[in-house]
Amino acid sequence: MAVLTIRDALNQALREELIRDENVFIMGEEVAEYDGAYKVTRGLWKEFGDKRVVDSPITELGFAGLGVGAAMAGLRPVIEFMTWNFSILAADQIINHAAKMLYMSGGEFNVPIVFRGPNGSAYQVSSQHSQALEAMYANFPGLKVVMPSTAADAKGLLKSAIRDDNPVIFMEQETMYGMKGEVPEDEDFTIPLGVADVKREGTDCTIIARSFTVPQALQAAEKIREEFDVSVEVIDPRTIKPLDIDTIIASVKKTNRVVIAEESHSFASVGAEISHQIMENAFDYLDAPVKRVSTAEAPNPYARNLELAALPSVEKIIAAVKEVCYL
Amino acid sequence: MPKLSPTMEEGQISRWLKNEGDSFEAGETLAEVDTDKATMEMTALSDGTLLKIIKAGGDTAALGETIAITGKKGEDISALLTEASTGSTKSTEKAKETPAVQEPSSPSKTEVAAAPSVPEAVSVPSAPSNGRLIVSPIAARMAADNGIDLRSVTGSGPNGRIIKRDIEQALAGGQSPTAETRKPFTPSTIVGASPFRDETASRMRQVIASRLAESIGPIPTFYLTVEIEMDGVLAVRKQINDNLGDDAKVSVNDIIIKAAAMSLIKHPWVNASYQDKTVRFYEQADIGVAVAIDEGLITPVVRGANLKGIAEISAEVKDLAAKAKAKKLQPEEYTGATFSVSNLGMMGIKEFTAIINPPEAAIIAVGGATQTPVVRNGEIVVRSIMHVTMSCDHRVVDGATGAKFLQTFKQMLETPAMMLL
Repeated sequence: MAVLTIRDALNQALREELIRDENVFIMGEEVAEYDGAYKVTRGLWKEFGDKRVVDSPITELGFAGLGVGAAMAGLRPVIEFMTWNFSILAADQIINHAAKMLYMSGGEFNVPIVFRGPNGSAYQVSSQHSQALEAMYANFPGLKVVMPSTAADAKGLLKSAIRDDNPVIFMEQETMYGMKGEVPEDEDFTIPLGVADVKREGTDCTIIARSFTVPQALQAAEKIREEFDVSVEVIDPRTIKPLDIDTIIASVKKTNRVVIAEESHSFASVGAEISHQIMENAFDYLDAPVKRVSTAEAPNPYARNLELAALPSVEKIIAAVKEVCYL
Repeated sequence: MPKLSPTMEEGQISRWLKNEGDSFEAGETLAEVDTDKATMEMTALSDGTLLKIIKAGGDTAALGETIAITGKKGEDISALLTEASTGSTKSTEKAKETPAVQEPSSPSKTEVAAAPSVPEAVSVPSAPSNGRLIVSPIAARMAADNGIDLRSVTGSGPNGRIIKRDIEQALAGGQSPTAETRKPFTPSTIVGASPFRDETASRMRQVIASRLAESIGPIPTFYLTVEIEMDGVLAVRKQINDNLGDDAKVSVNDIIIKAAAMSLIKHPWVNASYQDKTVRFYEQADIGVAVAIDEGLITPVVRGANLKGIAEISAEVKDLAAKAKAKKLQPEEYTGATFSVSNLGMMGIKEFTAIINPPEAAIIAVGGATQTPVVRNGEIVVRSIMHVTMSCDHRVVDGATGAKFLQTFKQMLETPAMMLL
């Protein structure tokens, strides 16, 4: 297997799907001639040309709408938002059109579109550019929400998202683009949407993490093993919606203790939903209330010290595990 | 000022054994401090130099107040002196930490502390006030699956929540629903003190405890008085002492201690202590013996009196009383008794009541044996009658429990040969 960065794994997935299906095209700000703001689309414009890799004006609502229309007409657009923060401008096209078209057209028009880009915090980009918006999109029927945390998952899930016949919200993380991992070279390597991955097996506590918090959770699990000899399982749902609750419940029944680590704010978060589903499906197996580690309830600060204090961290996850394990 | 006895709130520097500028090694005695109970040696925790004495011999300092500054020779302590002179506890805390900031790894610039260290009381998880059992779902399920009575399990989680670990421990301990197996005794944190085992108090016992405590102060006390014919004890004492040297002669009180200790082992509920949600039972009888000293009263402890002979008890009481009068008792010599004896017979008191020394469950107040006309077999005869009144903590000792204990105690003293058994 090749060792790739998440950035290059995404690039590989896009390239392979552009080759595989001529209906696939990429559109967004700076995706073509500039190779993408974060270089995810590097080299693709040169290889595939103006019709397959399209630079858009700075008009999120406009090019998102173009994408929805193209998808209704039979193409498979991959729309890049420079960050998910800018998708708020395009929310009407995503929520009111892409998500509802199949239902409101009585099954006449499906919308096979992928909206992708970085989600969550980066390096001091302040309040308006540091938001983790998955809970918002996961709240609407008709949208699938995917959040990879490794290079292999990024590639396999993006290929599945592009091949999916429904709109998919594909959320990456800017600070993780450079993280490396082994990626299968098989061109038909895909990871099905809606299947969680056990990133580390354990018996005493389950950490459910996604995207930004997965590497933190793995570090926390290792430190807890060293310091307390407590065995922590780390589960990455990978797809937020549809959620693979079965894998989570099986883990909870084994460990009895749960920490959910997420980069979003806690109120009405995906973690709140997962926590509810655990309560509903595994109440009798819990040994402690489910504990969440989230970003502080405030606009994300610009100052580095405040930003670090607001975001989830290895230390905060360790503290939460200690609490649910009564250590 | 470090905490040198369990109850001290301030200490008086008796004398410094080191002068300013003297260096010392870890474990060396720096000063002697008079606490509320005894004169204690204050020893160094690490190597260093005594830079400045702030509280001289004769001065008194509250716990945590700066009494001296230690560190490295030649170190600048002007900032610490300024802070120490403000005198507040808060500034003392800062004074402790300030030198460490300059060189955090140096252990020499910290505080001095006492040896032996006085152990903290064992903390008991707080229990929900309304008596409701709090159980995690998985713990409840495991208990149901394994037939464990949750009321027999002590919760180690927050608010006394019974968690999975507690059930696992109960299972590992072989606890079964039918066989009432007793937990092993746990060693005490006080040197030489009786090992104990904590058993969850039954629902009824918890209700009795809270209702009675509401009724009378923190310790719901009641009193039981018994008359004991002491002629047998006096005869035995004479026989013993006729064969012993003057300095080894045993007292009536020594025999009372022995009888009480042996009776306690037969009545575990009296050799016990109420601990919020649990009742603590002691394995041995550690008898506190009230000794009057000039400043008041102290109760040195005869450890494991049930296992000791009367001569051994007697020698120990003499030694402890002498130390008490010289204020040389160490904390482990006057804490952690399981039961107390207070005897005012030699001061002409016929009968009195004593105050329980918490967390003990009972104390006996022993009056003097007096020649009294009594009726035996229909005839008036003269006997040496001693009145003993036991003060009982009703949270553990019920009336009948206390009465049965006193019956045994009375039998031991009226038929001293019973103590040979």
